Amino acid sequence: MGFEYAPALESRSVVDLKSSYGLFIDGEFVDASGPSFKSVSPATEEVLAEIGQADVADVDRAVQAARRAYSRTWSVMSGGERAKYLYRIARIIQERSRELAVLESLDNGKPIREARDIDVPLVAAYFFYYAGWADKLEYAGFGADPRPLGVAGQIIPWNFPLLMLAWKIAPALAAGNTVVLKPAETTSLTALLFAEICQQADLPPGVVNIVTGAGSTGQALVAHPDIDKLAFTGSTEVGKAIARSVAATNTPVTLELGGKAANIVFDDAPIDQAVEGIVNGIFFNQGHVCCAGSRLLVQESVYDDVLARLKRRMATLRMGDPLDKNTDVGAINSSEQLARIHELTAVGESEGAERWSPPCDLPERGFWFAPTIFTGVSQAHRIAREEIFGPVLSVLTFRTPAEAVEKANNTPFGLSAGVWTDKGSRILWMANQLRAGVVWANTFNRFDPTSPFGGYKESGYGREGGRHGLEAYLAH
Amino acid sequence: MVWRPTLPTKPPRPSRLDVRKTSKLYIGGGFPRSESGRSYAVSDSRGRFLANASRASRKDARDAVVAARKAFAGWSAKTAYNRGQVVYRIAEVLEGRHPQFAAEVERAEGLSSKAASALVDASVDRLVWYAGWADKVAQVVGSTNPVAGPYFDFSIPEPTGVVAIVAPQESSLLGLVSVVAPAVVTGNTCVVMTSYERPLPAIALAEVLATSDVPGGVVNLLTGDPTEVAPWIASHMDVNAIDLSGVSDQQLATDLQVAAADNLKRIMRPDARELDWNADPGTGRLTAFLETKTVWHPIGI
Repeated sequence: MGFEYAPALESRSVVDLKSSYGLFIDGEFVDASGPSFKSVSPATEEVLAEIGQADVADVDRAVQAARRAYSRTWSVMSGGERAKYLYRIARIIQERSRELAVLESLDNGKPIREARDIDVPLVAAYFFYYAGWADKLEYAGFGADPRPLGVAGQIIPWNFPLLMLAWKIAPALAAGNTVVLKPAETTSLTALLFAEICQQADLPPGVVNIVTGAGSTGQALVAHPDIDKLAFTGSTEVGKAIARSVAATNTPVTLELGGKAANIVFDDAPIDQAVEGIVNGIFFNQGHVCCAGSRLLVQESVYDDVLARLKRRMATLRMGDPLDKNTDVGAINSSEQLARIHELTAVGESEGAERWSPPCDLPERGFWFAPTIFTGVSQAHRIAREEIFGPVLSVLTFRTPAEAVEKANNTPFGLSAGVWTDKGSRILWMANQLRAGVVWANTFNRFDPTSPFGGYKESGYGREGGRHGLEAYLAH
Repeated sequence: MVWRPTLPTKPPRPSRLDVRKTSKLYIGGGFPRSESGRSYAVSDSRGRFLANASRASRKDARDAVVAARKAFAGWSAKTAYNRGQVVYRIAEVLEGRHPQFAAEVERAEGLSSKAASALVDASVDRLVWYAGWADKVAQVVGSTNPVAGPYFDFSIPEPTGVVAIVAPQESSLLGLVSVVAPAVVTGNTCVVMTSYERPLPAIALAEVLATSDVPGGVVNLLTGDPTEVAPWIASHMDVNAIDLSGVSDQQLATDLQVAAADNLKRIMRPDARELDWNADPGTGRLTAFLETKTVWHPIGI
C-alpha cells in the first residue's frame, strides 16, 4: 500500500538564525570565555550556528547574577507580580509558537508536527499552570509560609529542549527561585530564543540565566558552591554522578533519568488503538523519550494479530525532512546517539533476537535510523534491559496478568508503563502492581502540567508537574 | 544457765540469682544471634556492665535486607486501615510494658526515672500519632489532576520499598520509634541499625514488635557498630532508601550517600546535631520514603 504525498514543507523563514550565539547572563547576551562549538541540524548536518561554551568563570558569573536577582528582586517580589511575569512569558510563547516550533524541529530533528502540536503548546501550558501557583504557594500544602530555596542550577537533555526547559524554569520561578540553566550541547538554540522571550517579557535581569556548553559546563554548575538546588534530566549514569557529587554538600537534588517502560497489551484491548499507542510509545520523537514504551509485552493469544497490524502500521510511517508536515519520524539527534543505537541493535541481533524494519529509504545526509522492532526477545537480552533511546522496540510476550507484572517490573528503572485493556478494574489492578511513576492506560506518552511525572528506582527522584512539582523548589 | 538444745541454724537465705536475657538481633520476626558469633559489652551511663549485645555483621545485614524484601509485598499490600491498626497495636503493647521500658531507658540514657518514664510516654504517643497517618497520608499528599483530556488522572503515594535506617544514637527509644514508625506505617519495610552504645531498649522493642501483629521482616533490628555495617547496607542494590538520622560523623555521612547513589537510594540526610525528638515531627519522615504514582485512566462510554 503506497501513498504518494506531495512535500508540505514548513517555511524556515520565520526563524532568524544568527551565525553565532553567546550566553545569556544577567539579562544580556554575552560572549562565552571558552571556545565555541557548532550546532548542526541532525537532518542535514548543516551547521546552524556557533555556540559559546561556558567555562567555570562564565558559570560563576551566571550564578552570581542569579544570586543578585534572587536576593534583590525575585524573592522579595510579591507572588502576584511573579505570576504576571510568568503569564506574560506563557503568552509570548504562544505568540511566537511557530518560530519556536520551527527552530526546535531544525535544531533537534523532531518532526514539525510534533514540535508544533505537542512540544510548544505544552511549553506554554506549563508556564500558564505554574504562573498561577506563584501567588498561591501558602495554599499548596507545604506549610503556611513556604520559602524558595534560592539559586537553582538546572541541566536539561536534548530530546525535548524547550519542554524540559519549561518543566524546570516554570516551577522554579513560580516558587521564587532564580535559575541558571544549561541546555544540552546539541540543542541550545531554543533555550537562547527563550532568553530573548525573557527580555521581551521584561523579566528582571538575572532571574533566568542560560549557560550553553557540554558536560564540563554542567559539571561547573553542579560543583558551584553557591547553588541551592540542582535539577537534572538526562541519563541515569550522569544522574548517579550528580547524586555522588552532592553527597558532601547536601544540596537538594531532583533527578529525572532513564527508563525502559513496558507497554502491556492484553487480549481484550482495542487492537487498532493499541497499535497506535505502541507506535506512539516508541516512535514518538524518534524514541528519544525517557518514558518511551520500549518493551512491548503482548498477551500470547493476540501476539500474531498485534504484530501483523504493527508491521502494517509501521510501513506507513513517513520518515524524512523534519520540517515536512507529513513527516512522522524525524532525525536522530546526533551522530553519537546514532552510534549508540547502532551498537545496541547490533547486540540485539548477535544475542539472537529477530530484527525487522519496514522498507524505507534513509536520506543520504544527516543522522537517520529506521523504525525497528525486535521479536523473540528474552528478558536477559541487553535490548530488553538497557535504554536504547531510539526508535527500537523489543517485543516480549506473556500469558497471565501476573506474568506481565513480573516482566514489566523486572528492570532497575521505574519511570513509566502502559496498559491496554478494555477492563477498567484490570487497569487499576495493573496500575497498582506496576512499580513505575506514571502509568498510562489505553494511551501513552501523554503529558500535562497538572500531572506529576517522575520515576521509581533508578529512574530518579522527585516529581515534575502538578502541585508535587512545586515541592522541589520550596523549603518547608 | 538453762540448758537449751542447739537447734540447727537456718542458713542465710541466698538472694536469688537473676536470669539474664541474652541480647540478640531481630531479623525476619526471629531472634538470631549474630552469625558472626560476635558481641560487645554494653554499659549503663556510669560505665557499669549491662549486657553483651550481638554485634551484627555484613551477613546479618544482608539477611535482614532479604527478610525486609520478602515482607514488603505483603505489608505494602495490606489496607492502610490494617497497617494503622498494627502500628496502634505496637503502642498498646508498649504501654503495657511501660515500667520495663522506663527502666531500660533509665539505665541506657542515665536519666531520672521520671524523665525516662516521660520518654516512654512520648514513644507510645508517637506511635499512636503515626498509626493514624496510615489512612490519611494519601489524602494529604495525593491528588486528582485536571488534565486537558478525557482521562481520570490521579497521583497516589506508594511506599518506596526497603528502607535502611541508622537510628539515632542518643535517643534510644523515642528516637528509634520516631524513625521506624513513619517508614513502616506507609507500607515500607526496614532494616534498622540501632544506637551502638544504647541498644538494649531497641532489643526490648523488638519483643514488642514480635507480639504486636507486625509481620516478621517488616522491622528488622541490628545491634552493633553502624560504622561497620552501614556502608554495606548503603551500597546494597536491593535497598531503596536510607535514613542517616543516626550518623553524626560528616565524612561517614558523605561516604554513605556516595555509596547510596549506586542505585539512587532515596536519602534522608542527617541533621547537624541530633534532633529534639519531643518536637512535633511533621510529615517529612512520612513523605521521605514515598513514591508518587500517577495513573491516566481513560474516560469514555
